[in-house]
Amino acid sequence: MGESLRIYAKLVGAQGRAQASYRTSFWLDLIGSSIIVGADLIAVLVIFSRVPALGGFSISQTLVFFGIALTAFSIADLVVGNIERMRNYVRMGTLDAMLIRPLGVLPQLLANDVGFRRAGRVVYAGAVYVVALSYADIDWTPGRVVLVVSAPLFGAVFFAAFFVATATVAIWWVESGELANALTYGGRDLTSYPISIYGGWFRRMFAFGLGFAFVAYYPGLALLGDPDPLGGPAWLGWASPLVGIAASGVAALIWRTGVRHYRSTGS
Amino acid sequence: MKVIEARGLRKEFVVRVKAGAIRRQKRVVAAVDGVDLAIERGEMVGYLGPNGAGKSTTLKMLTGVLMPSGGDVRVCGFTPVPQRVKLARRIGVVFGQRSQLWWDLPLGDSFDLLRHIYRVPAAEHALRLDRCRDLLDLDAFMQTPVRQLSLGQRMRGELTAALLHGPEILFLDEPTIGLDVVSKQAVRGFLAELGEKGDTTMILTTHDLADIERLCQRIVVIDHGRVVHDGTIQALHDRYRSRRRVIADFDEPIQTDIRLPGVELESSTGTRLIFAVDEVGPLISQLTQIGSLRDLSIAEPEIEDVISRLYLSS
Ligand SMILES: Nc1ncnc2c1ncn2[C@@H]1O[C@H](COP(=O)(O)OP(=O)(O)OP(=O)(O)O)[C@@H](O)[C@H]1O
Ligand SMILES: [Mg+2]
Repeated sequence: MGESLRIYAKLVGAQGRAQASYRTSFWLDLIGSSIIVGADLIAVLVIFSRVPALGGFSISQTLVFFGIALTAFSIADLVVGNIERMRNYVRMGTLDAMLIRPLGVLPQLLANDVGFRRAGRVVYAGAVYVVALSYADIDWTPGRVVLVVSAPLFGAVFFAAFFVATATVAIWWVESGELANALTYGGRDLTSYPISIYGGWFRRMFAFGLGFAFVAYYPGLALLGDPDPLGGPAWLGWASPLVGIAASGVAALIWRTGVRHYRSTGS
Repeated sequence: MKVIEARGLRKEFVVRVKAGAIRRQKRVVAAVDGVDLAIERGEMVGYLGPNGAGKSTTLKMLTGVLMPSGGDVRVCGFTPVPQRVKLARRIGVVFGQRSQLWWDLPLGDSFDLLRHIYRVPAAEHALRLDRCRDLLDLDAFMQTPVRQLSLGQRMRGELTAALLHGPEILFLDEPTIGLDVVSKQAVRGFLAELGEKGDTTMILTTHDLADIERLCQRIVVIDHGRVVHDGTIQALHDRYRSRRRVIADFDEPIQTDIRLPGVELESSTGTRLIFAVDEVGPLISQLTQIGSLRDLSIAEPEIEDVISRLYLSS
């Protein structure tokens, strides 16, 4: 295990050196991605300039959900974001070269482009989260101190699992286009708002069937100490580690099955 | 001991072909259709076949890249896909068409990374690398990023990369594709030397039959995913009754009606006669009698000819 981590670190380091050989594009990406990401926050602020509450939550409460979701997503994106290239790797047959090495394919693929350039977004998301928490007037208990850190981390685990699972679809369906991206970015955007604003079958499927309610909504409620307008019990706020781990298990299964179905290319 | 054993190895690809404006029809293509292979330790086997015969697909199944659709396969005692990681430590692979090096890093850095990936002791790694640097002349471009290497330089790099962990089996899919004569000879010489030591098994696909003549005693020929020949090149010549050619040039234009058993006049153009023969001696004594002979040459049967006959007949 330790040895594997060391090899992984070597690969990441090598990739960092490779990226540094394209220095200008690295900085441009870093700046560009930080600007783009600011737009989501503005969207929330614009909504609250029109309505006083969303799904029963004020702006300061909603920003806590938003902060957790954004931080979780940007951490996941930093670590496993390169999986969005899976489709190209499958189409070009690049996975061949990874399959003949005595390492897992997933770590190799992720090490291929750890997003140093996406690091800026984590910092930005963390800042939004901290500001949101300071406005939210939280009654700090030891449990909530743990939760404030664990929520974005297990949310990141959940998002990472979702990234991997959706990207794997490309193995069966090479022409899947931007489907995987649409799902992951869509998942982030939907998670940024209290799920009480969604209704009926959509909420059941998205929030509970897929588990997105446990990324930001329930941990956020537990931090704020607010009851669930949907009537869920309070302990749901502490369930995100379980949901994150379960999602990882499912993603690992899909990934393994996918790699066995990989068909390479004819030349 | 057998290091590669395959029985009834199959790979089917489902392809969708257009049938009408939107409708797509499923079609199953059997790229490899029941291949049996048994290769002993230390053998050097040429794996031949026309384009699309299923060579690359077979190698991908043997190396754990592709899951077979059917049949049994063991390589170094492992089942390739489920035991991919264990197998990967014992084999080296070069796909001529696809790089396994780190595109943006200097060649030397790739070698260094591979040492960590395969967990090769530093001393052992240095020893193997030094040999490759010597034999393949790598020194001039060790510090060049891989993306800037010429094809020939890159291929030498790929070969080195495949060998640094001391693999028991080397899989080479078109290792000489696109190389100039000198680079080809460097690669062949290097592989020949490796083969002579006798502890590395090699299986190699190529369309350049000179690679085969230089390196392989045994050839396996496949077509449409099936084995059509497995044996020595000589056995193939025997099977197709390949014959030597006698080319005779005369001082003046000449016609002839030589009739000898096992001799066939292939062409007669002005001063030149070409015969296909089983035995050279009797023909030559005849030739000296029918006119004033200026030049005479004997050509051994060409591997190209016999292989193309095999491709055409199957
Ligand atoms: N990933 C794939 N998807 C669909 N069909 C494939 C795939 N890979 C190979 N094939 C088909 O399988 C057959 C065998 O291909 P393969 O690449 O093994 O041939 P080959 O013997 O290596 O040929 P060449 O000498 O041209 O390299 C071909 O008909 C090819 O179209
Ligand atoms: Mg091929």
